[in-house]
Amino acid sequence: MKKEPDLYGLLAEFDSPTAIVSAAERVYEAGYRNMDAYTPFAIEGLAEAIGFRKNSIALVVLVSGLIGGLSGLGLQIWTSAIAYPLNIGGRPLISWPSFIPATFEMTILLAAFGAVLGMLALNGLPMPYHPVFNAPRFELASRSHFFLCVESKDPKFDPVATRQLLLSLGANEVSDVEH
Amino acid sequence: MADTLKESKAAELRGTPFGRPPVIGPGYTFASITDKIASIVLRKGTPRGWLVGFGISFVFTMILMNTIAYLVLTGIGIWGNNIPVGWAFDIINFVWWIGIGHAGTLISAILLLLRQSWRTSINRFAEAMTLFAVACAGIFPAFHTGRPWLDYWLFPYPNAMGMWPNFRSPLMWDVFAVSTYATVSLLFWFIGLIPDLATLRDRAQKKSVRIIYGALALGWRGSARHWHRYETAYLLLAGLSTPLVLSVHSIVSFDFAIGIIPGWHTTVFPPYFVAGAIYAGFAMVLTLAIPIRKYYGLEDFITQRHLRNMAKVMLATGLIVGYGYLLELFTSWYSANTYEGFMMKNRITGPYWYMYWLLILCNIAVPQVLWSKRMRDSIPVLFTVSMFINLGMWLERFVIIVTSLHRDFLPSSWGMYRPTIFDFSMLFGTVGLFLTLIFLFIRFLPMIAIFEMKTLLPESKATEAAPHSSREKPVLPKAGGPQESLA
Repeated sequence: MKKEPDLYGLLAEFDSPTAIVSAAERVYEAGYRNMDAYTPFAIEGLAEAIGFRKNSIALVVLVSGLIGGLSGLGLQIWTSAIAYPLNIGGRPLISWPSFIPATFEMTILLAAFGAVLGMLALNGLPMPYHPVFNAPRFELASRSHFFLCVESKDPKFDPVATRQLLLSLGANEVSDVEH
Repeated sequence: MADTLKESKAAELRGTPFGRPPVIGPGYTFASITDKIASIVLRKGTPRGWLVGFGISFVFTMILMNTIAYLVLTGIGIWGNNIPVGWAFDIINFVWWIGIGHAGTLISAILLLLRQSWRTSINRFAEAMTLFAVACAGIFPAFHTGRPWLDYWLFPYPNAMGMWPNFRSPLMWDVFAVSTYATVSLLFWFIGLIPDLATLRDRAQKKSVRIIYGALALGWRGSARHWHRYETAYLLLAGLSTPLVLSVHSIVSFDFAIGIIPGWHTTVFPPYFVAGAIYAGFAMVLTLAIPIRKYYGLEDFITQRHLRNMAKVMLATGLIVGYGYLLELFTSWYSANTYEGFMMKNRITGPYWYMYWLLILCNIAVPQVLWSKRMRDSIPVLFTVSMFINLGMWLERFVIIVTSLHRDFLPSSWGMYRPTIFDFSMLFGTVGLFLTLIFLFIRFLPMIAIFEMKTLLPESKATEAAPHSSREKPVLPKAGGPQESLA
């Protein structure tokens, strides 16, 4: 299908979470894959409806937490036993019980950075420009309305047929999103 | 009759059992919640009450700045603490502020994990309170070192002196705990703000305002994929913050418990400090929330039920704190240790006896009025009790620190502690700084999480009732269909 070169996609506006979830499911069933939904808050089942099932945040957090804990413990062992050993009455240099607090804090610190930076990086944020902001009424996506965008790069995308489909699913309005 | 039925139906829809007041007032929609909270920030002109409050707080902040300038130029001898009382207001205030911070993390993390939906309208605000309280807390140990320009020595970094910090010291644990706590609280607060910053960006009328909020929102557009990752990250952060908040005040209590001073060397300190921190924190949330909800007309969002729940948390943690006091009495007797026994006698009947009994009055006696439902529902009573607890928790740290230090082992090295005017100007100065930051926060950032409030509405959940015919093939129009739809 021919697509207009400067069209990013078609944006359909819905009134309620229920409407957008069922619309997203049906657009997905119609064979579309390149789409996204924009909502003022997280809606359970919407990400799944557009075909997004798994995210890898948990893995990022686990790995960064392990790095934090191991490097924190390693740093303490290295400084206390190798770099700057303090012989206090022949007591053990690797006095691991007293290394627990800093190890724990380093685990949490790096895991938290992993969660926040991992979430931002996987989401591609910060992103100063995105075509979807060109759409009229899109500012309502952070207030009260729910938008479904079918992108023009989808092989099934057709400016007319896709618009018809979106309108048939109860969209208030379908508008062009330009690049 | 019909009205009552309707109301109970509405309450049911909002996920609250019959008869329990809802966590949000009736009649709100996604749009009206957004507009109400965003308008506090985006309104034209600043209300007079805000200006007066900010002005007074700012004067105290300047008193703090002047005290610090004089302190750095002169030395910490301007404070009243001296051997044997080497720790006094500086550490009292540090522990007091850190404790106040704990309610924020408790509300935002632990209550989230426990699925307490009432936390939603107070969590943003309590998290901001945490951040500002930790900032105030950090000032005290930083300047108590005497040479604050060398404070970076506390962090392990390769240096020309070839020296490394001693990780066996509780003061090093403190550095790690408090700096991690401040950083993670900031991350948690910021990640929670991102969608609301995007809302402010989209609602702002002026271009400059739009650019500022837009830059802070990092281009958030509410994509379903983003929300999915966001929710996971937020939940994991809550899971990480929960043990963190318990560890922070435990480690703060190790500053004392690891030492051998009578009155400090006890194993009950970590849980008793954590309970005290939550107690103090909830008292501060109430102290701030009661005037703010009144002034900004937020009674529909911070409802009577919120205040009542906070009162219950205070009552429960207050009883744990009371148990801690009892256990201190018990251990000093049961240990059969002369010094421990003397310390407790000195604490109760010695020269600082009035501090101890004021503490019992503020922290144990007065809060018992919260057993009464009528008292929990009275806003003036709640406000008064919270002020008593704020004072009581400060007195608790005074009693623990000063009465333990001023008469320890050898009577020849006993002494008395008297604060100077600079001790007080630092304390009230940090209160000013705290309130200044709170005022700036409520003026420039949404003090209630807008996107989370919307999820309290029953219509925020997608229901199956809608024509959800997944088996049915959607009617696909033919390509090149009616052209008028393109217009």
